[in-house]
Amino acid sequence: MEKDNLEVLDRNFQDKVDREIKIEPKDYMPDAYRKTLIRQISQHAHSEIVGQLPEANWVTRAPNLRRKAVLLAKIQDEAGHGLYLYSAVETLGADREDTIDDLHSGKAKYSSIFNYPTLSWADMGMIGWLVDGAAIMNQVPLCRCSYGPYARAMVRVCKEESFHQRQGFEIVVQLMKGTKEQKEMAQESLNRWWWPALMMFGPNDADSKHTAQSMKWKIKRHTNDELRQMFVDVTVPQAEQIGLKIPDKDLKFNEETGHYDFGEIDWDEFWQVVKGHGPCNTERVAARRKAKEDGMWVREAANAYAEKRAKRNKKAS
Amino acid sequence: MTKQEALFEFLLRKADDSLIIGHRLSEWCGHGPILEEDIALTNIALDLIGQATELYKYAAKVEDKGRTEDDLAFLRLEREYKNVLLVEQPNGDFGKTIVRQFFFDHFEHLFYEGLVNSKDERIAAIATKTIKEIKYHLRHSSEWVIRLGDGTEESHERVQESVTALSRFIDEMFYQNDVDEILIKEGIIPDVKLFKDEFYKNIEAILEEATLKLPAENYQMSGGRKGVHTEHLGYLLAELQYMQRTYPGMEW
Repeated sequence: MEKDNLEVLDRNFQDKVDREIKIEPKDYMPDAYRKTLIRQISQHAHSEIVGQLPEANWVTRAPNLRRKAVLLAKIQDEAGHGLYLYSAVETLGADREDTIDDLHSGKAKYSSIFNYPTLSWADMGMIGWLVDGAAIMNQVPLCRCSYGPYARAMVRVCKEESFHQRQGFEIVVQLMKGTKEQKEMAQESLNRWWWPALMMFGPNDADSKHTAQSMKWKIKRHTNDELRQMFVDVTVPQAEQIGLKIPDKDLKFNEETGHYDFGEIDWDEFWQVVKGHGPCNTERVAARRKAKEDGMWVREAANAYAEKRAKRNKKAS
Repeated sequence: MTKQEALFEFLLRKADDSLIIGHRLSEWCGHGPILEEDIALTNIALDLIGQATELYKYAAKVEDKGRTEDDLAFLRLEREYKNVLLVEQPNGDFGKTIVRQFFFDHFEHLFYEGLVNSKDERIAAIATKTIKEIKYHLRHSSEWVIRLGDGTEESHERVQESVTALSRFIDEMFYQNDVDEILIKEGIIPDVKLFKDEFYKNIEAILEEATLKLPAENYQMSGGRKGVHTEHLGYLLAELQYMQRTYPGMEW
């Protein structure tokens, strides 16, 4: 009997998804759907928070007042994204601090792109233009995700990401209008970020274990390879327009398909970074862990004070 | 000293105060003790850098030598920065950052309340915008001083230590010389002497609520307004000026 019930619930759930009716926190959802979302949204939140670090690395060295302010505002947006994504995770019954502990223990993943170092000012441009650009490709379809709170969070995130992408591109454009050193700085930076940016879309479709189920649940709308192709098609003409060379000898426009053909990603590097052995994995997690540990006494004080005040108010009333 | 020179010097002092403490706060970006505070500190840093920008712009105009706000912010020698010593002190732990901000915000609050009535229209306009931001900063730092002071034994000890360490930089905010005399006479800036008692009354009230105390023995430091700084500023400027010094004359 119970099994039959569950089957009915699952069928109704899938039916709702198929009819594009949003799933809300109190609605029935299969356990696996809930788990997938918790994993995906918390990873997304972690990516925003860890993603602050490579950019924060240049806040104190930003080249002028305007760039400094814009960079700070951008990083603040990212912390804000983290905050409401953690809230979205909590609508699924997960605890924010638990998911953060998973990040610190290495159990939870975040976007591998943030495990690459930021070595020049041009990297601030590349992160905006390429990394946020790739994130937008991934996230715009998430605005139609079947889970209501995630979809709504994504609408706001995407608006801000498109501003981030533009400011990044503007940094790069400014460099390409500049001196020989500035142009070289931009090209050198593109050479380092291009391939990691393509890796942001994940493994090839054939190797992606979550894609089929996520598409059925309408969490995901396009496959990894489709999104990667869209990104390449949009970005290559932008690079050409400002005089940058994409570091891929196999890159070529295919008249027949109307898309760019491009070279093979170094999948060994991809998996190495995913598994925690990229250039900055250790540093990024250590920085987050240190922030939490150093802040422990502050949080304890805030709690202790709140308790004292509650007691005093009770006495007074 | 002409009125123009005095005005330029005054604008640099206040712009440098905001820039340097804003820069210090921006060092917290991505490392705050909780996400909400990461956002709050970054937000305050952003306000302060915005204030500095407006003040430098006006300073550049007053000076009228073709320098821009960025030239003033990034391309002076250490001795030419006129911020008070308080703002360049390293962040330390979160409590120390909060105490530094607390002293600064309380001064700025009273100062900018006076500045709103400046006879210089542009300064009055900047002050009118700035005072709104300062009121928020003031509430933020004061609430944290109370929370940390009256929180746990550990937080009380830590924050008391920061109050003791940083209190020697308070009086410098009330420094005056002929720059101030000229501008006070012109009705351009308020006379800080007139609100020094109020300042101490305000901070002592909050410290008392936080179960904290200013130290009985208190040797005050100064030098910032004359460009003689603590050892910390040089390192801060090395980072701040890195791009402008490494790639001179380029647009970013």
